[in-house]
Amino acid sequence: MIARRTVVKSLVALAVVAAFPLSQTFAADEKPKVGLVMKSLANEFFKVMTEGAIAYEKKRGDFVLTAVGMKDETDFDAQTLAVESFITQKKDVIVLAPADSKAMVAPVLKAVKAGITVINFDVALDEAAKKKAGLDLAFVGPDNRGGAKMAGDALAKKLGPGAKVVIIEGNPGADNGQQRKAGFMDAAKEGKLNVVASRTAMWETEEANQVFTNILTANPDIKGVMAANDSMALGVVKALDAAGQGGKILVVGFDNIPAIRPLIKSGKVLATVDQFGSEMAANAIDLGIKARKEGKSLKGWIKTPIELVTAENLK
Amino acid sequence: MPKQPSTDTTAPATPTPTQSLLPKGLQQLVRDSGIAIALLLLVIIFSALSPLFLTPGNISNIFTQIAINVCLAVGMTFVILIGGIDLSVGSLTALCAVVAGTVLKLDGLSVGAAILLAILTSIAVGVVCGLINGTISSLWGVPSFIVTLGMLNIARGGALQWTDARSIYEFPDAFNEFGTSSLFGMPALFLVALALVIVAWIVLTRTVFGRLIYAIGNNEEAVRLAGHNLLAYKILAFTICGASVGVAAVLYMTRLTVASPILGIGFELNAIAAVIIGGTSLSGGRGSIIGTLLGACIIGVLANGLVLIGVGDFIRQMITGGVIILAVILDTYRLRSMRRGG
Repeated sequence: MIARRTVVKSLVALAVVAAFPLSQTFAADEKPKVGLVMKSLANEFFKVMTEGAIAYEKKRGDFVLTAVGMKDETDFDAQTLAVESFITQKKDVIVLAPADSKAMVAPVLKAVKAGITVINFDVALDEAAKKKAGLDLAFVGPDNRGGAKMAGDALAKKLGPGAKVVIIEGNPGADNGQQRKAGFMDAAKEGKLNVVASRTAMWETEEANQVFTNILTANPDIKGVMAANDSMALGVVKALDAAGQGGKILVVGFDNIPAIRPLIKSGKVLATVDQFGSEMAANAIDLGIKARKEGKSLKGWIKTPIELVTAENLK
Repeated sequence: MPKQPSTDTTAPATPTPTQSLLPKGLQQLVRDSGIAIALLLLVIIFSALSPLFLTPGNISNIFTQIAINVCLAVGMTFVILIGGIDLSVGSLTALCAVVAGTVLKLDGLSVGAAILLAILTSIAVGVVCGLINGTISSLWGVPSFIVTLGMLNIARGGALQWTDARSIYEFPDAFNEFGTSSLFGMPALFLVALALVIVAWIVLTRTVFGRLIYAIGNNEEAVRLAGHNLLAYKILAFTICGASVGVAAVLYMTRLTVASPILGIGFELNAIAAVIIGGTSLSGGRGSIIGTLLGACIIGVLANGLVLIGVGDFIRQMITGGVIILAVILDTYRLRSMRRGG
């Protein structure tokens, strides 16, 4: 019994020794150490983004990447822990997609004070919260509002002025959810679309299906739907199919996930927006390393590319 | 709250067997009709506020929308009746769906064979996980709250691992078409759920096993002393719950034609709400499948009606929460007046 326990103990100790200092010894060869803090790895979009970053590390080979993801998109508690552990590990650059644009300001400030170059990407940290904390930090990310407006514009062009449309919102508490809704509203205003309902389905397929089915019952004369992400657009298309309206009422989405592409081909979805997630993290890492080497700090909003995807340019 | 196997805290409140034998069926009828009246009231209110509510199309929508929750709630009723709880059903729906989705897309199978195999796989995954839930909670006397909380994480992690966090889609047309088809003017999805309700109703009211499920919830010790295999029945209750999750997962896939590893978050709470609104006691031993069906209808009618009459998202969530609490308060009053009267 005792002997066995000792063996187990020493095995555990060996594993710990093997796992930890190894990553530290890599530091000796002067490659910059980059810590990547992602949102949910359970979301396909962030998964692809992380894979893109890892591929970028392999391709360049001149930096060492540690990527961590959370169990869900609102888990800023775990993100705070991740940033703090990166500070302890003395990373050179931290690249962060904040789960909460206000709550993450404090840990970021701590990292900056520890002399780490921090790059904020995907979702911008809250301006007011940054100002209050005396933090001046660049944001690397897509223009969610502009992207949503592109999708909305495509719909408006197809439908013409006066057409009744519906917005399916993302999480109304999340910055990108608010930005995309605002972009849809911009497009509706410019294209003179009549927004008869705007409701949240919390980014989810099933909820979008339910909510939209009920909206359709209340507004059978709508001509178009603007969904704040493709997962919800999927649920909307299924609701239209069930009502025998598939392809007659046009849908636009956001994100260009693989599951939406067959629907764009078949004409049930008019357009989606690609914000090149796989490159986004890699771009942010690149900017971070460059800023670190040149010893200057980035400021303002560095916009990353977005593209409208329709049946014509679908890959 | 989940009941510890060794305690008999509910025993003093339970009527003696001789007292409850005949009037029990009658009592249940009174209880169910109370819930039915509440549902009827909601329907009347919504039809008065929206001319669209009581149209055939909308009624069909409501039935489609509640089908998944009805399936989950039927299984949940068995578990709650024995004084347990199953928090894993939402995550388990995702696990069943992604495994079945993979089977559905296997190469070299005919469409019919793939569909049949996928359905069986989904139910099998549910059964195995339910069996594990039941075995651990009964054999080691671990509260089912804890065991199924663990399973909630295991199943979610398993679904993510299985798919590498990617959605599975592009199922065969024949499979997808079922989700929007209907029979005798009723959505096929709801008919499947209804079949499950009928089977469960027969099992609970017409079989020895069903009687024992109630008896375990009322007084576990008495059932054990009467020489019944308590363990087997408790495990079976969780296994039935798992099987119904397997069915719900298939309904989800055919309705939305996609199997995502992050689907079904919070489904367990909706299922528990349906069971509780339906008048089943959280401490077990008392309740009915018909009540559960009515409870799911109340949740579905609320979700549908509140959007139709244009209530905002946040208020809608608050009203749904309020109704759950109201239903439980009403239930305690009904129980008290029944005790005083009887």
